[in-house]
Amino acid sequence: MMQRLFFILGLAFSVFAKAELTIEITQGIASSIPISVVPFQTTASTSSGDVLDDVIRNDLQRSGHFAVLAPNDMLSHPHTEDDLYFRDWRLLKQEYVVMGVTTELANGQFQVRYQLFDVFNERELLTQTLKGTQQQIRDVAHRISDAIYEQLTGIRGAFSTKIAYVTTNPERTRFNLSIADSDGAREKIILSSKYSIFSPSWAPDGKRIAYVMLEDAGSRVYLQDITTGKKELISSNKGLNSAPAFSPDGNKLALTLSKDGNPEIYVVDLTTRKWLRVTNHYGIDTEPNWMPDGKHIIFTSGRSGNPQIYRKNLETGYVERLTFEGHYNARARLAQDGRFLVLVHQAQAGGDFHIASLDLTRGLLQILSSGTYLDESPSVSPNGVMVMYAAKHNKRSILAAVSVDGDVKFLVPSKSGDVREPAWGPYPN
Amino acid sequence: MQNMGWNKLFAVSLLSLAITGCASSGGTTDEAATTDTAMEESQTQAVPGSPGVDVVTEEQAEMAANPLLDQTVVYFGFDRSEIRPEFKDILNAHAAYLVANPQASVTLEGHCDERGTVEYNLALGERRADTVKRYLVVQGVNPNQLESVSFGEERPAVVGSDDSAWSKNRRTEINYQAR
Repeated sequence: MMQRLFFILGLAFSVFAKAELTIEITQGIASSIPISVVPFQTTASTSSGDVLDDVIRNDLQRSGHFAVLAPNDMLSHPHTEDDLYFRDWRLLKQEYVVMGVTTELANGQFQVRYQLFDVFNERELLTQTLKGTQQQIRDVAHRISDAIYEQLTGIRGAFSTKIAYVTTNPERTRFNLSIADSDGAREKIILSSKYSIFSPSWAPDGKRIAYVMLEDAGSRVYLQDITTGKKELISSNKGLNSAPAFSPDGNKLALTLSKDGNPEIYVVDLTTRKWLRVTNHYGIDTEPNWMPDGKHIIFTSGRSGNPQIYRKNLETGYVERLTFEGHYNARARLAQDGRFLVLVHQAQAGGDFHIASLDLTRGLLQILSSGTYLDESPSVSPNGVMVMYAAKHNKRSILAAVSVDGDVKFLVPSKSGDVREPAWGPYPN
Repeated sequence: MQNMGWNKLFAVSLLSLAITGCASSGGTTDEAATTDTAMEESQTQAVPGSPGVDVVTEEQAEMAANPLLDQTVVYFGFDRSEIRPEFKDILNAHAAYLVANPQASVTLEGHCDERGTVEYNLALGERRADTVKRYLVVQGVNPNQLESVSFGEERPAVVGSDDSAWSKNRRTEINYQAR
């Protein structure tokens, strides 16, 4: 038993060391829910080194909504209802218990059946059976975390989502666009370049990514198929070609061009390649982002002197300023069906840059980030709960995350070099 | 305004000087134009026996010898793109040179410090390149000699996160592609 434990630990460690990103939780909510995820009974060999229940515990802990009990602190490790004594878990002040059994199937597949129990009411809340290959252990684990999270919070889980980000060496001579699980594991470089890469933008289907590459002649917008790696030039006009953002239906791309002499927002239909000019102002207009209705675009404009957020109705042409509080408000992203804006905020000239949320219905601005410096590039999880952003921390560029309510915070530093430009991907299909 | 009028006049007179220079010498070449500050001591001279190299007029040599031409970077305030008065002399020197040497061309590279957002800074960098471009055009430079490009906050001149580094990174670089 001990030997096997060491074996698993060793494997887990080697995987951990390979991962580019790590997660350090800095703040969780005070009223987090006590939950125990009992080590699953397993007959399947763990050739990938990933341990199903480890991944689930980490997911739930990282969400900030749960206080996850360490397996060593449990009084027993039950796998079936017969071995489950609610009294033991009440003694440990646990509200929920998860247990599961994995079995090996033919042709390298495995199956896991897990159950979620409510300790106080002594009843089963959830039972599911999932199947996968050895390479999909993490996918299966994230799916289980998603289901538990949704059952207990009422909000769809986003543990199965991916994040895209850009890493660079300290000399800034090599830029890698990578995709990883939302916990930083299984990093895959999808593009490596000597040119700076930024503003990665996911297609709603999660299969394509648009981004900017800053070549010697200037900025270019490319669209890359993630599975085939095929890279397609979308825009190389004179001047800026930048800030791509997919429309909610995935058929159009909003971006910033300055071919007519000034940075303006345009929309290109990816099928017909027809271009439409959206803004027309001598101030800087950039950083477009679509409202979920596909009929409005929010963007940053310097038309009032300093960058502020505006919204344009594509049908009526009506432009409305959304931010009034603060000296510098830029790169807004929408959260929770467009009810909240998450943006880069500088309260007064010369002040610090923070990530803030703006409640569009109540007009309330709240600064979310703290403990990091030069915060930028906020990206919201598809369930609208977490914001990942780039910041300076101990003189390095790192990713950090904060919940839209400001209660949960964690850091996602890179093992080597700097990491920037996070983009949270959509729900998997 | 008066000053600008004078500058324009100055640029025009330089242009006519350049034209007369061209007419008399049959056109200056890249080699002749790249005379450096050493020319200040040495007198203008033709290189004997090398075809395509011509006599440099005294005015051109004087212009090329202008030490202000060695200064190829102008700096900006945070989130600003207007030209600060202290950089006008430098830009005037480059304008005069470009007017006198129509074959010369420059790329104007706009840059920002790391504060603020990546995309807004990319747009701001373009503004910084474009205000320099507009200023040079007002001084009489042919827009075809000028190309502007923004590198936003992506290519800092100085690495660091303090006022001193930031102030050196908010800049437009004048890079001669041809002299």
